Amino acid sequence: MKRYDAIVIGAGHNGLTNAAYLAKAGLDVLVVEKNDYIGGAAVSRELYDGWTYSNCSYVCSMMRQVLHRDLDLGRHGLMLIPYLGTINFGDAGNALISYHSKSAAYNELKRHSRHDADAKLRIRADLTRYALIIRKTLLRTPPDPAWMRIRDIRELLFLAKQFWSLGEKEIYEYVRFFTLSAADFLDEYFETDLIKASMASSGIIGTALGVHSPGSSYILLHHVMGDVDGNVGAWGLARGGMGAISKALESALRSFGGAVRSEAEVVRVLVRHGRACGVVLANGEEIHSKIVVSNLDAKRTFTKIMDKRDLPPGIFEKASKYKFHGSSGKVNIALDALPKFTGVPDNPYVNRGSQAYPGSMHTLERAFDCWKRGRFSDVPFIESVIPSAWDPTVAPPGKHWMSNFIQYCPAELSDGPWTPEKRDAFGQAVVERIEAYSPGFKDLILHMEVRTPHEIEQEVGLTEGNIFQGELTIDQLLFNRPFPGYAQYRMPVKRMYMCGSSTHPGGGVSSACGANAAREILLDLRKPSTVPEDDCDDE
Amino acid sequence: MNSAPDFSLERALPTPFHARTQAFNLEGRWSSWNGYLAAEQYFDAELEYFKVRNACGIYDISPMQKYHVSGRDAEAMLNRMVTRDVTKMRVGRVSYVLWCTGAGRLIDDGTIFRLAEDAFMLTCGSPSTAWLKKSAIGFDDLVIKDKSDDLAALSFQGPTSCAALRCMGLDGIEEVRPFEIRRFELGALRFMASRTGFTGDLGYELWVSAEDALALWDALYAAGEDFGIHPFGEVATNMLRLEAGFIMPGAEFNEALKTIRFEHDQTPFELGLDSMVDFKKPHFNGRTALLAESKRGPRVSLTKLDIEGNKPAAGSFIYNSKACRRDVGYVTSGIWSPVVKANIAFAMIESKHISGELWAHINYEKELRHYSKIARCQIKQSPFYAPQHAKLTPPADF
Amino acid sequence: MSFDAIVIGAGHNGLVCAAYLAKHGQRVLVVESQDRCGGLASQHEFHDGYRCANAQHVSHFPERISKDLNLVKHGFDGAYADIPLTWLNPDADGAHIALVDGHLSGVDAGEQAAYQQYRHLLRRIASMLAPFWLKTVPPIGNNHLSEMMSFAHLGLKMRALGKDDMREFLRIVALPIRDLLDEYFDHPGLKAMLSWDALIGSRQAPRSPNNSLLALLYRMADRSLTSARADSLICALEASARASGVEIRLSKRVERVTIEPRSECLCATGVELADGEHIEAVRVVSSADPKTTLLQLVGGDQLEIEFAGRINRIRDRGLVSKLHLALRTAPTFAGLEAPRGRFILAPMMDSIEWAFDDAKYGRIPQVPVLEVTLPSLADQSLAPAGGQVLSANVLYTPYAQADNWDDMTRQLLLARCLNVLEHYAPGLRDLVIGTELLTPVDLEVRYGVSGGHWHHGDIALDQLIMMRPTYGAAQYRTPISGLFLCGAGSHPGGDLTGIPGHNAAKEILR
Repeated sequence: MKRYDAIVIGAGHNGLTNAAYLAKAGLDVLVVEKNDYIGGAAVSRELYDGWTYSNCSYVCSMMRQVLHRDLDLGRHGLMLIPYLGTINFGDAGNALISYHSKSAAYNELKRHSRHDADAKLRIRADLTRYALIIRKTLLRTPPDPAWMRIRDIRELLFLAKQFWSLGEKEIYEYVRFFTLSAADFLDEYFETDLIKASMASSGIIGTALGVHSPGSSYILLHHVMGDVDGNVGAWGLARGGMGAISKALESALRSFGGAVRSEAEVVRVLVRHGRACGVVLANGEEIHSKIVVSNLDAKRTFTKIMDKRDLPPGIFEKASKYKFHGSSGKVNIALDALPKFTGVPDNPYVNRGSQAYPGSMHTLERAFDCWKRGRFSDVPFIESVIPSAWDPTVAPPGKHWMSNFIQYCPAELSDGPWTPEKRDAFGQAVVERIEAYSPGFKDLILHMEVRTPHEIEQEVGLTEGNIFQGELTIDQLLFNRPFPGYAQYRMPVKRMYMCGSSTHPGGGVSSACGANAAREILLDLRKPSTVPEDDCDDE
Repeated sequence: MNSAPDFSLERALPTPFHARTQAFNLEGRWSSWNGYLAAEQYFDAELEYFKVRNACGIYDISPMQKYHVSGRDAEAMLNRMVTRDVTKMRVGRVSYVLWCTGAGRLIDDGTIFRLAEDAFMLTCGSPSTAWLKKSAIGFDDLVIKDKSDDLAALSFQGPTSCAALRCMGLDGIEEVRPFEIRRFELGALRFMASRTGFTGDLGYELWVSAEDALALWDALYAAGEDFGIHPFGEVATNMLRLEAGFIMPGAEFNEALKTIRFEHDQTPFELGLDSMVDFKKPHFNGRTALLAESKRGPRVSLTKLDIEGNKPAAGSFIYNSKACRRDVGYVTSGIWSPVVKANIAFAMIESKHISGELWAHINYEKELRHYSKIARCQIKQSPFYAPQHAKLTPPADF
Repeated sequence: MSFDAIVIGAGHNGLVCAAYLAKHGQRVLVVESQDRCGGLASQHEFHDGYRCANAQHVSHFPERISKDLNLVKHGFDGAYADIPLTWLNPDADGAHIALVDGHLSGVDAGEQAAYQQYRHLLRRIASMLAPFWLKTVPPIGNNHLSEMMSFAHLGLKMRALGKDDMREFLRIVALPIRDLLDEYFDHPGLKAMLSWDALIGSRQAPRSPNNSLLALLYRMADRSLTSARADSLICALEASARASGVEIRLSKRVERVTIEPRSECLCATGVELADGEHIEAVRVVSSADPKTTLLQLVGGDQLEIEFAGRINRIRDRGLVSKLHLALRTAPTFAGLEAPRGRFILAPMMDSIEWAFDDAKYGRIPQVPVLEVTLPSLADQSLAPAGGQVLSANVLYTPYAQADNWDDMTRQLLLARCLNVLEHYAPGLRDLVIGTELLTPVDLEVRYGVSGGHWHHGDIALDQLIMMRPTYGAAQYRTPISGLFLCGAGSHPGGDLTGIPGHNAAKEILR
């Protein structure tokens, strides 16, 4: 019977990236995927004729360009296109448009507040400063401060050096920034509520924090630290949908001789003599390998596909405590035409591809209060993107599809489990909110796919539908991710690794977790690393 | 799309003079300054440059930021903010000022106009509302108004400028001393003139409400016709200010509040602006840090260089030997100066190397073939071009 | 006449600082605007014959300060003991939970065992951190060797915890208290009770990340003295200070700190009183909160712009109101025989969270959550014979109130508090003969504490240690030469600990 060098469980983008780098190093790699499609949450599916939905993740900015280049994903069919001009709607029917053009951005802000237009220049510098440092850590393995091995010391010194380079005052400001709420952070810069709300909404996407919850300013940074071609903070679309990323990664993997098997759900990891040695599929088939890598989130990995008896005491409990706090939903809508929005100019730079509905700081926080009480937000924050406005390949000509990301939508409702009726009510709340700013929107709807955390978990296995595979709070970041002592991609079982977004640096379609895990695996196998060093920044 | 798209929010704004300036801008060479359209050049930058050096030119500085600061605490507030002593300014005077962070890094430079005992106008190149608001903490009797959009401004520069203004009917303009303000009324047209500028030549800046802007332009143009009046743009301005030895944000220094990397901004001492920092006045922002630096001496120094040859050195590295083993600085701005007939530049050089040899490693091209050369640099202490007539009151006839 | 030091404010920190300075031979003057010492901890008569202080208990007063200042000799009755904490079951038939000297009763054995685990972990971490509270924490940049040693010391201490504890510390330090308690316990009442000390005083609720655990650990500093009477501490401190030669002038309000420009920097030369008197001193030490000290007594114009901005941004809007009731006789809490210590009136963590949600939007809570004590049990002199004083901390009552704390809002809050109390102690309403409700605004006006915040600023990661109150003033020195801070706004923070006063004195004498 064939024995692989490595089996990667889950064909999400991190799993595929991990497998690609292992295959590149000459390993015989098999990726097993429970669904009949690959990509996990970086997926595009044609559920309706002619429409290609990115069902889950919908935009991309964290993809490490050094990996993109190194794996030659362009040749494998990937193109990332930056998109511009988000309209942020306020409660009073007012709108704030974000532009890439500095001049237009300044004038637009000035229309709302001269003070804030000035402050925006300053916050840009500050956020970029913060982002540059984090970006340097993305393709590195976090140190374990409790160990004092040479590598840990080296990584700690690296971190210390990066912080030191900020200068004393900025070190304090950075520490402070990390712990603040988005609201407190933004209050220091801005006086206009809609400007604050537009920025603060980045601080809640995907997380069970409100704009007033300490820690949300880091989430804000997590969403602005990506880049498209060096434009820090820009977001991009994958041509052909987010699935194009997974397809390109798969193609790269196959070019290195790796294989992918779909409809192969792993039910258990085989462990013998304290070493992982293969997996058991749902149909009872056993596949053997020298190492096993899990792209599932930490909780799933430890509590669903591992036998508790194979784990050292206490780990199972730690994994069960790992926090998800599922809080996001997704509504994908096929449209008969491009929707028009009131109160904003109609031109190719606006009113095309992206709308956000922060409303106000108050509305955002109210939406969070609903989540706390186990309800979906009645006035939710929505981030809409219409990829078909840029990408001609995802909808029939003249038709469009719209991705709506919704915050907040709880994984568990206080009044009992999710039902189709509740799901539809949730979808309806979203449509009503959009309709208020785009009269006639409802009539454009051809079909609609509503995804609560429940569906997201069922489909792609993100526990509680958490898009980051676990909350991005300080207790689950860097050397605490997924939990202390296991932040270096190794599991407590020998020859078993994690490569999902539950590991450093966390969620987002970055491929960084998968690449970092591959580097650690190759280190253990005493093979030269195939993973490139990050060269994203100029220093 | 059936109708023409609506770009009303995206378009850079026209300044109050746009109706006149656009007629001159034959190639549509606009850039954007604080969200306004600003002419890079109108037709021929060299012609525009020589108009200023030889006759007179007008530069639309309406996109400058203008703040009215008034109230009993206005003087104290500005005095705490800037490095010069505002209390010594008399009413009707203008002063070039700098303001720094607490760490002594330069935020921006600008001018303060003392309009009355308790009323000032602060002008500067980029928006400063947020900093002014922060600086106002602790002062009670203070009103800060942003007049940037309400006030239009023209910089009217060149040896014939005074004569042209006199011809326009500004009686007594010849009595106005450098850095002095005077108000004028021509019929219904009311405006303020200050003998200030950014060219090192004789010149004035005219401040007028936005609605009266075109009337001022027309009156000035009618009077200036016989004195060679012509509009000039950013390219010419950059040549003029470099010859005059004036620094420019975005070239010689990065504004501290918008600087991302540690100490990638500058201090006044590094920029050679020692005389703009007054340690005799009690307390101002950055004083402690600046005092320490003044004792220690700046790490780098902005230096005026006369570089051999005629290849502009912008972007070149400076070395301390012809062998170019170790770079000791870089050129921040460099041009061929048409009046001085010299290859002039500003360079930021490590202070300890100022006294030694300096060589610039210049890259240039001829018909798409690229060359490089090592050129000897000489340090200049005084501005490259400082005509006598610029300082006289009344100005000499041209 | 000139002094070596003038201490502004005769709160406990001001007294501690003054006493230490005087013990080292300095001529010290304390200037206090109230007619008595103690600041927020001083007693006042709020109803005929009924007296109360705003701070009731001394819970973690360091032994060292007590010894140094001979407080026992001067009448301080502190002892090593926890103040009993009781969670009152809202269900009349339900069992209350009591925590006395580390022993939990009223919950099942599983919870008790979990509590011991939880308590031991926190104790280990708290004792690791304990030495750092009584110390000036140096700034991060340009350190001298001795200062670097301070950090190395912390690193070693952390290592000494062992790998597991160290990792656990780094994980839970920023955890919302709700998540931490959920990991250990099931009983909703137990969790509400244990979350209380992590939350009170600052702007945080059970679900707020990052800040609550440090507040809890701070309150668990090792081997501290506990007294049921804050009053005895204040009297002892005053006596000790006077005995060391400190001069205390009461009912004198400091108008401003006088400042003189010197060639190097600005220098504090003394204080000017509201009555116009000017008193000179070599240095001025303020136990007032940083915002009051630096923006009002000094003036933002005397500071650097960023520094003034940083002081201005200190989050010091109080969320706790004090409720004092004069009761005809002792109240009877259902199912409670001998009331002692503190009572938590919050059915579960969500009750606390919902009260916080109301406050977020500038409204008083629909159902306030309360911490109640009966100070007259320990000190009969507070009330006429037979009478009792009930004192409560009311959460969360926002400083900036949608209705500006008009009379109606106060009456409404009072009524809501009484509803809650009546539920737990049926018949209590009829015993009330006098009430006093001090909102954060009242506390600000009466005691001159900016925002009415008893910690002079939230206990939060970004406002702690070398960032308390903000960098540039976190080592008790300010940018004004000769002006020092010694109040709760400085490291390590508020509560009746005297530590900021102690640390500031050490720093001044260095």
